[in-house]
Amino acid sequence: MSKVSLTRAVRFKRIQVSRHLRDKMNSAWMLFTMVIVVVMPLILLIGLYLKSAMLLNQHSIFHLLFSKEWKPLSGEFGFFPFIVSSVWVTVVALLISAPVCLLTSIHLTQYAKKWVLSIMHPVIDMLAGIPSVIFGVWGILVIVPAIGNYVAPFFGKTVSGYSILAGAIVLSIMIIPFILNILIEIFKTIPVELSEASLSLGASKWQTIKFVLVKKAFPGIVSAFGLGMSRAFGETIAVLMVVGNVTQIPTGVFQPGYPLPALIANNYGEMLSVPLYDSALMLAALILFVVVLVFNFASRLLIVRYERHF
Amino acid sequence: MMENVKIRIKDLNLYFGKQHILKNINVEIPEKKITVIMGPSGCGKTTLMKSLNRLTDLNPDARLSGSIFIDGEDILHTSEDITKIRKMMGLLAQRPYPLPMNIYNNIAYGLRISGRKNKRFLDRRIEHYLRQVNLWDEVKDRLRDPAGALSIGQQQRLCLARGLAVDPEIILADEPTSALDPISSQTIEEKFLELKSNYTIVLVTHILRQAKRIADHVVFMYLGEVVEQGTAREIFENPREDKTKSYLKGLFY
Repeated sequence: MSKVSLTRAVRFKRIQVSRHLRDKMNSAWMLFTMVIVVVMPLILLIGLYLKSAMLLNQHSIFHLLFSKEWKPLSGEFGFFPFIVSSVWVTVVALLISAPVCLLTSIHLTQYAKKWVLSIMHPVIDMLAGIPSVIFGVWGILVIVPAIGNYVAPFFGKTVSGYSILAGAIVLSIMIIPFILNILIEIFKTIPVELSEASLSLGASKWQTIKFVLVKKAFPGIVSAFGLGMSRAFGETIAVLMVVGNVTQIPTGVFQPGYPLPALIANNYGEMLSVPLYDSALMLAALILFVVVLVFNFASRLLIVRYERHF
Repeated sequence: MMENVKIRIKDLNLYFGKQHILKNINVEIPEKKITVIMGPSGCGKTTLMKSLNRLTDLNPDARLSGSIFIDGEDILHTSEDITKIRKMMGLLAQRPYPLPMNIYNNIAYGLRISGRKNKRFLDRRIEHYLRQVNLWDEVKDRLRDPAGALSIGQQQRLCLARGLAVDPEIILADEPTSALDPISSQTIEEKFLELKSNYTIVLVTHILRQAKRIADHVVFMYLGEVVEQGTAREIFENPREDKTKSYLKGLFY
């Protein structure tokens, strides 16, 4: 009897050991994958910095950021035209999408019947899932000629249509569903009792929305637009297809521009025989990375400060 | 039957979609008294109260029929501006919902909405109403702090002050003490007893002892129907209906 139970105990122990080992291994793997997620951006940042260091050793970062001269063959790498183009496209896209998103989300959550929202939700998700190259093609076929033939002449300009405005319109259509989804969720989380409190004080529905709901949702609205902005800033292909890609500092929305992501996508692998060119493109990527990081960080910081305030 | 009826609800029916929530409600609420609406949870007492200032309008699936007369005017079928009707009734919810503003502006909000923007007038009124709910001494040095930083009990008193500041005639209170500690609850109850000389108070509660302490008039509801109504003495000492009797004995909640 004792022999049987002994072997059993040993076997049991062995199973126990292997189970514990597997358990430990599994949790180690999970930790490892988590570390990858955390460390990956850091590695990316370091890699981009190391690659662009060659250029940074030759010119000051200040000179590179604010110089207008982009002549790779004579070693001049001024990023100012690209930065300005990126800012133009992003800001105009946000100006177009902000009122649309805000008003649509308010309508859907405060005025529309429930079934409207339940229809709109999948539609918005579908819009958000359309590949960006399709928006690019649509931009070339519809937006660019519309601007070249109708909008610009209306303002007395003769242009091809490949412009900041075209890029911004395409971009805004792309970020609207993204921002809208966040805004709808935000407005849905505000308790109805808050509206009731405001209404019972004699406020109209619009006053309630303007003074109470938007105020309550403000941190969320800021973060939604912050996230939309960083997304717009980094969007490449659709913008590249309609924005014209001319190296110049655009001074109006009808002029072509050349945003940073387009610069990288158009040239990487093409002109790498030019000395320092790949280093310059890596610097462009680094700038992009840092700007997006700062946008995200700033919007989150704003939320924290605002929440402390109210 | 009763001397001064402030609110008269006549044949009120309310549906959310296909659900019949309020069934043939006929209730009279006397002026400058505390009327307690009580009943087990889910009986429609909160919904009945919200239909009084038409907050039920917020639910697009809600359908109302019947009449609610306030001072003789049917507020369900009136050309009067709904915001004016709502302003006539201060609302105190189950939990305090301070507006996302500082303490001062929480009270100033209603006054500003109705066009009172004079700074000195606002200052005076705000002090007056904060004193009225015994909050002034606690917050006078931090009027610019966010209202959300106050304790729950303080927030509820702030909400009461906010409601009083727009000069209502009626106070609607939906289980206003259910989230509060005993001391804060007592403050609110005492406040109600004081306020009833000037306001008509409608209080929804499921706390039987609270109802016994402060009610003048009682409406007992069960499953969307009014089972019995009358003066507090009639209902508590001599209930006619079996359902009321067993509820008062604590046989169901």
